Amino acid sequence: MEEVLDMAKLNMVEAINLALREEMERDSRIIVLGEDVGKEGGVFRVTDGLQERFGADRVVDTPLAESGIVGTAFGLAVYGLRPIAEIQFEGFLYPCLDQINNHIGRIRNRSRGRFTCPLVIRTPYGGGIHAPEHHSDSPEAILAHIPGIKVVIPSTPYEAKGLLLSSIRDPDPVIFMEPKRIYRAIREEVPEGDYAIPLGKARLVQEGKDVTVIVWGAMVREALNASEQLKGEKVELEIIDLRTISPIDIDTIITSIRKTGRGVIVHEAPRTCGLGAEIIALINEKALLSLQAPIERVTGFDIPFPLMKTEHYYLPNPKRIVMAVTKVMSF
Amino acid sequence: MGLMEDYHPLKGKMFQILKPDGTLQPDKSPPISDRETVDLYQKMLFVRLADQRCLSLQRMGRFGTYAPIWGQEACQVGSASVLQKGDWVFPAFREIGATLIMGVPLKNFLLYWMGDEMGSRAPEEINLMPVSIPVGSQTLHAVGAAWGAKLKGDQVVVIVYFGDGATSEGDFHEAMNFAGVFKAPVIFFCQNNQYAISVPRSMQTASKTLAQKAIAYGFDGIQVDGNDLFSVIAATREAVEKARAGGGPTLIEGVTFRFGPHTTADDPTKYRTEKEIEPWKPLDPLVRLRLYLKEKGAWSEEAERKITEQAQMEIDQAVKEAEAIPTPEVDEIFKYVFAEMTPPLKEQLQYLKSTL
Repeated sequence: MEEVLDMAKLNMVEAINLALREEMERDSRIIVLGEDVGKEGGVFRVTDGLQERFGADRVVDTPLAESGIVGTAFGLAVYGLRPIAEIQFEGFLYPCLDQINNHIGRIRNRSRGRFTCPLVIRTPYGGGIHAPEHHSDSPEAILAHIPGIKVVIPSTPYEAKGLLLSSIRDPDPVIFMEPKRIYRAIREEVPEGDYAIPLGKARLVQEGKDVTVIVWGAMVREALNASEQLKGEKVELEIIDLRTISPIDIDTIITSIRKTGRGVIVHEAPRTCGLGAEIIALINEKALLSLQAPIERVTGFDIPFPLMKTEHYYLPNPKRIVMAVTKVMSF
Repeated sequence: MGLMEDYHPLKGKMFQILKPDGTLQPDKSPPISDRETVDLYQKMLFVRLADQRCLSLQRMGRFGTYAPIWGQEACQVGSASVLQKGDWVFPAFREIGATLIMGVPLKNFLLYWMGDEMGSRAPEEINLMPVSIPVGSQTLHAVGAAWGAKLKGDQVVVIVYFGDGATSEGDFHEAMNFAGVFKAPVIFFCQNNQYAISVPRSMQTASKTLAQKAIAYGFDGIQVDGNDLFSVIAATREAVEKARAGGGPTLIEGVTFRFGPHTTADDPTKYRTEKEIEPWKPLDPLVRLRLYLKEKGAWSEEAERKITEQAQMEIDQAVKEAEAIPTPEVDEIFKYVFAEMTPPLKEQLQYLKSTL
């Protein structure tokens, strides 16, 4: 009897879970560690079932100590294991910055390759879920500014699995930021088995002749919504999902800018020194004369992320994206 | 174990085998043979001389800022000498003693402090991590590595070195806690040298001893006379054997004294007087071993002269070799950031080269 491979439709949580499960089968060096990742399977259920399958030695409920989780994960990594550490919310990542900046990102360099750190830190990030305080930040620009680490942000379930596989296999440290707003919002076909999406390579979500829109994470969906709204005005958006925040795939961006001459960058993170500024600086260096208009940024603000009653003021939305597109089109 | 119980930190007794006058405590015997004692004394002397040379190299502008071990030789030589091949050491930044005992060439050590990262590239078979400047942060790394060894079933133990100051850092407490929870085969070796730069031990914590902090985390702590090579070895050996047998972590507090400055950029006369330093001079780890060995007929002025001369020649050679290493090419500061240089790094290096 022929077995028909039924490709399941998974959401991002399930896709990440699948990636972890498959990779842990393949590579016995992998240890998953963090608060509540074991018995509970993670507060978002991302690590659900893993401890049952792989045991408490490989899926570990740690004490409540973020620097401790990441610092011991560093030790596991230099010893030769492949730890995947979870920081429960991006808001709790900050105690880890010493370990990330001073050790994790530096060890290969400062030992001239004698010691290396193939570590993945996973953390849910971003707003839009009416969360308590400190549960909605977007610190990707802070992390992108740290030498020696890579920063990856998936935008769909299919992307999440492929990017996570590459992140785990990367011989260097990767911070994998999961847009919690769309953890369950999208369901799509996610293949079983091996498919690794390379790091450092952006994704062309859709082609369009008029404006290049550069986005990542939960903002990809907002850009697509804006694109739908603009169809009526016959404006075509070329949407690029950055996928890897650091290192940025500048070549894909420039190819698009040379074609459209206009750009809009969308990110949740606060405006000042957000990644949008870096991307504009790069476009300035490489394709200034291709531009028909200054590049617009649709961003969060230089304010602490608001509580749920005023969250809607903060987050970039299709309306603001459409306004930005209109602005660059009419420059 | 007997030793840990007898010297439970809340009992207020410091473990000592060899007294400052070079005689043994009653009912105590050295944990090593006379021959081993002579060998380790010579090693401690070498460390002292090499350390002094580092200080003078800095004054001559041939060395960057340097943190001298001066006074703490027994803590490091004693504890590191207990380790086996394959064990790991996580230093702070004052560990010339442990580094040399592990077998790293002096030349490598000098190279690092002369400003070349290549000095931190330990030989392949020696598991010595680079120094850790953020105080106490390395305690977490050591726990992770020890935990990893345990998970893999390797017969490996890990020692992490840090000072009295580090015991106030959050990472130290997180590390101790994790070590207790995961029963990691790690020895926390605290060199209590009485100062964290200028801040004296009395201002660092209200705890009566540092060793007793282990109790809070569910494992053994012991305070030893850090200037007594024998008690350092005995305590470390017990902790190492316990760890290797699956008995988990131990905190050893070695009570010692920092004769030198925090680093060559520090002027200790600003915060301590000769009067404060004087009482520690007769407690010098080399002094008491000398007295002990002399009494056994295993030390003489002449022997000391010969060993010193030999050591200085070796140190001369290491300095010569380290200084002969040319300034690294500019590629060196880019090519080890990742396994494979990323496009931005390639571009940045290309730009930089065009400006040189």
